[in-house]
Formats: sequence, structure tokens, C-alpha cells
Amino acid sequence: MEQLKQVSIFSENKPGKLTKITKVLADAGVNILAISIASSNGFGVLKFIVDDCDLAYQKLKQKGFTVSLNEVLAIEMIDRPGGLYEVASVLSKKKINVENAYVLILESRKKAYLVVDIKDIEKAKKLLKNSKLSFLKLSKNSLLRKSGGNKK
Amino acid sequence: MFWQKDIETIDRKELEKLQLKRLQNTISRASKNIPFYKDIFAKSDIKPKDITSLRDIEKLPFTKTEDLRANYPFGMLAVPKEKVVRLHTSSGTTGKPKAIFFSKKDVNQAAELIARCLIMTGVKKDDVLQNMMTYGLFTGALVMHYGAEKVGVLVIPAGPGNTKKQISLMQDFKTTTLHITPSYALYLSSVMSNEGLNPSDFSLRRAYLGSEPYSEETRKKIESFFNIDVYNSYGLSEMNGPGVAFECTEKNGMHLWEDNFIMEIINPETGKTLPDGEKGELVLTTLCREAMPIIRYRTRDITMIIPEKCRCGRTHRRISRIIGRSDDMFIVKGVNIFPQQIERVLMGIKAVAQNYQIVLESYDRMIVRVEISRELFDGRVEHLVNLKNEIVEKLRAEVLVRPDVELLEPGTLPVTEGKAVRVIDKRTL
Repeated sequence: MEQLKQVSIFSENKPGKLTKITKVLADAGVNILAISIASSNGFGVLKFIVDDCDLAYQKLKQKGFTVSLNEVLAIEMIDRPGGLYEVASVLSKKKINVENAYVLILESRKKAYLVVDIKDIEKAKKLLKNSKLSFLKLSKNSLLRKSGGNKK
Repeated sequence: MFWQKDIETIDRKELEKLQLKRLQNTISRASKNIPFYKDIFAKSDIKPKDITSLRDIEKLPFTKTEDLRANYPFGMLAVPKEKVVRLHTSSGTTGKPKAIFFSKKDVNQAAELIARCLIMTGVKKDDVLQNMMTYGLFTGALVMHYGAEKVGVLVIPAGPGNTKKQISLMQDFKTTTLHITPSYALYLSSVMSNEGLNPSDFSLRRAYLGSEPYSEETRKKIESFFNIDVYNSYGLSEMNGPGVAFECTEKNGMHLWEDNFIMEIINPETGKTLPDGEKGELVLTTLCREAMPIIRYRTRDITMIIPEKCRCGRTHRRISRIIGRSDDMFIVKGVNIFPQQIERVLMGIKAVAQNYQIVLESYDRMIVRVEISRELFDGRVEHLVNLKNEIVEKLRAEVLVRPDVELLEPGTLPVTEGKAVRVIDKRTL
């Protein structure tokens, strides 16, 4: 199974920062599927799930951004009340602490995923192996790519 | 290796005799030819003939930077204009600049001192020196240039800036020696590392860092990145520029050429002379300057004299790394702080990149803006928060004032290719 990776970018909290970052992605033809902004007084870390994380990483780095790439889990949530509750209870039962989480929706509301950022991801993966949770599966990230999307 | 072994290793008694003779000569010429000094002696009870020992220098008044400004442009000149061959000015951030004149003899003497410094650090004729200081009115580049030519090394008059060009010059001409400001050396290292260049593929062996105070941690950072020896260089335009004091291969304090200068350390508040080993303001008197002798010049640089003999055999006493400029010192919450203290802390923290800035918001609020290292960013907010707390705590332990710390992306702060402006004092703007 291909790993799902998020692109993290360090940024000061300043007007125009998000514009600059998203322009790099737009120019590279990278499609943003989910975004999360975690900020702590004065600075923030923007996290993206994109259709081509390697390209995004490379382009952002070239433009001088402080960027890193790390693996995350995307856990499928059922689109009904209690969907997140079910995911959260499994994580809590397994004593997995979530550093950061945000939602990724694919195929216009057909499927929603909770993207969770976990410190020790390998351990978490083992712990969740036989749980009832299902995860977003990627083959070369292409699941995320819109069919017929034109790449520059 | 020595350039002038007899004078560099001269017996202390002989040296003091020579100093007294040259001091008397300097005072006599200054009091006759420079209206500013003529005035001082006319108004004071002290006459040039009263100076009969080196200690008597303490009876003379100080010359201050304001005096040089007030006598701009020609007021401090001791020789007729036709004897002057070069003008430098010292940056006037406030008001008028200071004019510094060199006679032909002075140009040569300044080059001699540089030659001593270069040979002292192992330079040979086949070395290639890339001079990245500012050419022009600033003394830094030209004085080094003349001294290096005197030794016979190949000098590349690169000046600062245009970093990609600097790198190709270093590659093409196999530069062995850099003359550079600490802030530019740090910047150069970050450019080289971003370009994926390995310093071991260059021919670099040493660098002379001067013109702004920096910490031992910064020296180590630069030495380990470039894999070279970094030698500390001290000078100021008013005293020729570089070559006043320089480190030998012991790298433990800078030998101040006492046959050319008399040094004193004073308490900057009371003006009282302090004993060797105590920190205070460096005061210098020129002994060989023809065009512009200066008596008891208050450098505003804070250092101390290291009286112990140096293993290199030179008898000229050393001064410690400049701890700060009495000008640079600022006060927050009633505590005296030097920017170098802050630099020392920051350069000791791995995840901190080279550039930083200190912003004085009010009399009780100091913001330290720090660029984080691009390589060590892992996307985790919690790590950044920990880093920020670590910086705050370490700074508080060092300067006793709790600063606000802002973490910035690398490249946010202005890059300086000359002297770095590290302190933004909003209280005086």
C-alpha cells in the first residue's frame, strides 16, 4: 500500500502567506484535497493533502518554503451521525494520541476521511491493523487524482 | 612564522621604551600641528613635556568619536594636505562622518601590520585571498588588500555580495583564505548548503572574520561548516582599519600591535583605567601614525587585556574577543544587554538558522526574531513550540530578561552583506 503523505509548510501568521503557497501549487497543477492550519502565537504550520505530494514538496522547496513531507493515516468515516465517534473510539481504545486531524472528502461527499497525524505512525498502524476501521488506499496516489485532470 | 620577528617578539622592557619614545613624539607633533590638540594642551595644566612615563598617559584627556566628527573634514590632520595620499571615512549613522587620512608612510605601515597578521596565521605567497569586505570609503577591504599584496599572496578584490559569483571565484581560482564579515560568512554557508555544495570540494583553509563582533559559537559554526580555521580580526577605521589586533594560530585572543598602539582598558562610566584582565572599554593611542595621530581614542569596544604570555612567542599582549560595543549595549527592564549574548545563545541551538534580529519594542519588552533551520523542520507544531520555549528559557537564563521569541521562515530577515543590523530599537525612532 502506498503511503499517504501530507505536505507541511512553516509559515508566519501574515496576510498573503496562504496566497503565496497556494499559487505555487496552482502553478504546478497540484490539486489540494484537504487543508489544515495549526497556529500557535505568531507562527503556523499549514498541512495539505494533495494529489501529487512529491511534486508539491519539490516545487515549494524550490520556491524557498520551509516544507516537510510526512506520512499520515486517512481513516474512512461513514457519512452519518456518529461517524467520527466510531473512529475516535477505536483510536482511544488503542491509546493512540492524535497530534492533528482534519477531514478529507473525496468524490463529493461520497466518502469522507479523517486525516490523523500521529507521532509514532508505525506503532499506530500495527495497533489498528485488525480494527474495524478502513483506510484510504492509494495506488501511486492516483486515487486522489481526478480522471482527465491536466498536469503541467 | 613571523613577518618581523624582532619586533613581534621584542622584550617587554624594550617595547615599553619604544612606546614611550613614540608616545612623546606623537604628543609633541599633535600638540604642535593639530588645532584640536593644541587647544587641549593650551587649556590644560598638562604639557607635553610632563609625559615622562607610559603611565602619564592617564593624565591626558580622551579623544572621542564626537571630536573627530566636530573636526570633520580636515581638523585632525597633522600634516600638510600634499602629504596625504588616501582618505577613508567611517560610517556616520548619525550626523557627520569621521574623516581618516593616510600619508604614504601610513598606508605602508598599515600594510606592514596586516602582513604580520597574515604570516602569523600561516599565509604563504601561494595563498589566494578573496577579499569580501566592502571596497571604498570603508577601510576593511583596502587595508587588507595592501597588506596581502605586501606578503605576495594573490588577492581577489571581490567585495561583498553577489554570492553566486563569489562561489565561482572561490572554485575557479582555488581561494584559500577569506576576509569576510561573520554575518556574510553565515549567509554564504547557507547559500552553499542550499546549492548542495560541499565545502570540502573547495580549497579553503582559513578565514579572517572582522568588522562586527561575533561569538565563539559563531566561529565554531563557520569553522565546522567550511572545515577551516577562523581567525578573529580587530580594527577600526580611526586606527587604520583591520590589523590593529589579530589572532595567532593559538586562536585565544588577539595580539594588539603594541609598538604601533598604546592600549588601555577603562571603565566607560568613570573613565578610570582598569587593570589587565578586567573588562572595560578599549582606549587606543596611535604611535606611528603620521597624517592623523590620535591620542587616547575611546573605541567604545568592550574587551579586556589578556596579560599572560602567548605560546606563539609574541610579546604583544592580547585582547579578548570584543564582548560588545558600549554603543551596542541596550537596556531592557533595567538590565544591560549586549547583542552578542543573544547571539551566543542562538548559535548554540541546532534548529536555529543563522539570521536573527532583536527588536526593542519598549523599555520592558524585547522581541527576538529567529529564523528556523529549513533542514530540521519536520512539520510538527509541537516541536516548534518546544523550540520556542527552549529559546525563551535559554535567553532568559543568559540575559535575565524574558524575551518574546518569534520563529520565522529562513530568508525572512534582511540579509546583510556588510555590517549586520541586528538590533532594531523602536524606542528611539
